[in-house]
Amino acid sequence: MENSPLSTTLAGLQLSNPTMLASGITGYSAESFLRVAKGGAGAIVTKSVSTQPRIGYANPIVVQAEAGLLNAVGLPNPGIDIFAEEIKYTKTLLHVPLIVSIFGYSAEEYTIAAKKAVDAGADAIELNVSCPHVKQTGAEIGQSPQLLSEVVQQVKAAIDRTLIVKLSPNVTDIGVLAQIAVEAGADALTAVNTLRALAIDPETQLPILSNIKGGLSGSAVKPVALRCVYDIAEVVDVPIIGCGGISNWQDTVEFFLAGASAVQIGTAVVNDMEVFCAITKGVDTYLRKKHYESVKEIVGRAHRK
Amino acid sequence: MLTANNTMRITQIVNVHSESPSVKTYTFLDKLCSVARPGQFLMLWIPGIDEIPLSIMDATNGLVSVSVKVVGDATRHLHSFEAGATIGIRGPFGKGFTESQGRVLLVGGGTGIAPLMFLAKQLRTKTEHLAFVEGAKTKEELLFVNELGGMCQEKNLITTTEDGTAGLQCLVTQPLASLLEKEHFDMIYTCGPEIMVKKIFEITEHHKLPLEASLERLMRCGIGLCGSCMIGKYRVCRDGPVFTTDQLREVKDELGISKIGFDGSRIPI
Repeated sequence: MENSPLSTTLAGLQLSNPTMLASGITGYSAESFLRVAKGGAGAIVTKSVSTQPRIGYANPIVVQAEAGLLNAVGLPNPGIDIFAEEIKYTKTLLHVPLIVSIFGYSAEEYTIAAKKAVDAGADAIELNVSCPHVKQTGAEIGQSPQLLSEVVQQVKAAIDRTLIVKLSPNVTDIGVLAQIAVEAGADALTAVNTLRALAIDPETQLPILSNIKGGLSGSAVKPVALRCVYDIAEVVDVPIIGCGGISNWQDTVEFFLAGASAVQIGTAVVNDMEVFCAITKGVDTYLRKKHYESVKEIVGRAHRK
Repeated sequence: MLTANNTMRITQIVNVHSESPSVKTYTFLDKLCSVARPGQFLMLWIPGIDEIPLSIMDATNGLVSVSVKVVGDATRHLHSFEAGATIGIRGPFGKGFTESQGRVLLVGGGTGIAPLMFLAKQLRTKTEHLAFVEGAKTKEELLFVNELGGMCQEKNLITTTEDGTAGLQCLVTQPLASLLEKEHFDMIYTCGPEIMVKKIFEITEHHKLPLEASLERLMRCGIGLCGSCMIGKYRVCRDGPVFTTDQLREVKDELGISKIGFDGSRIPI
């Protein structure tokens, strides 16, 4: 894969191709990560894990929107101590980087969970400071410049692996928070998590999700996510991982042009576990047709004046 | 198309039929689910309470039926619903049973008989021989005995109860094992508790017979997003709920042994 135009290095992570499974999709187990890797993903981001187990929300946890999907699963996870065993087992089988997504209710909790994930063999940590539907964590941290800075600094000081920070689009100026995350030590940024959203049924006059509010993903959010990546690329120099509504190679190329060095795919994987293969093939053809030798050459091309 | 099937439709219950002290069958209008294949399931929203996965028991002329046993708060709430009550429906989801010909045997445990009823209705005109083994804890939980008897000859329906109040006093697996010693079948279908499915899988493997089994796991999203229902590399909601012999072999280390709990950890079954 050395000579492939798609192979790239992202903040120290060697990627055979720049597509990744986004956090929160399909599973907790080594078997599910392997299946996604067989579908062509260049890296796997796990569901978000915390220091303590969490059961998540009651059903309904998903609602189909017109061009997307609302979800409020509620960050169910077995806790890092149990998940560490799955990380160890996964690492004996998986041939692409394993990025462990972490959340907590304080900088200390983020740090403890991140450290345990690294000790178990995680190749990188992605901080979930952007989940829009769980109180006192996720976006409630990522929307606060002070808390965001504190969490990123503490985790950065505690681990010696690539630290990725996943940002929320539910902010006034994502560029400001991107700069804060980078100043605090983020090696790369993922942009973006889901958009806070709501679904109401007119017949019963009730919100459908048990948690009332959820996060919107899928095609509907792509233009917002693309704008976020563009804004962030204007103000920081670390690699950006584009995420939000990507389902084909054209979407992927748009994110590269906006400034992303890699992409994460979530909602589109639900329908097609092999979407990564289709995307890398399409991007490869695009690069060859346009006479580029590496995907790196098109990163941020839309910013040229 | 998943997007259309996943869009929630609000509908009213048109009929409620009591099958046993703990099981009721609900019938409602839903165009998409009325063309479902046997083995597929739907998600039923009890507004403001919960959303639960249910196997489709019958689907015809725009009408859909599901049989619901009281197992917790959501199902208890649903059992208080009468005709005219409003519910939400997503689906149909998942992979159903494949049709087969020749000599066919259906083995159901508890409410697991519901999707097999639907399958039997489609198979009865296409197969040469149809036989059932149905098991339950006690007589009043043996569902659809008259309907099943009407679909095959009475001698081809074997019933079992754990307490001996009807049929043979044993588990369904016992008459199944002796039946397969005596007779040949071209296909065996099953649905019921996973421990029962595991035993049936072992028996059909011993006789080198093909099996299709419908599995039930903790189901949340129903569309393959959340990972709650995984067995091995498979999502029960998308890759199943019906699994073939080949797939069951791949997941035999988990079948009837462990599943994923509400917090994503592996727990014993």
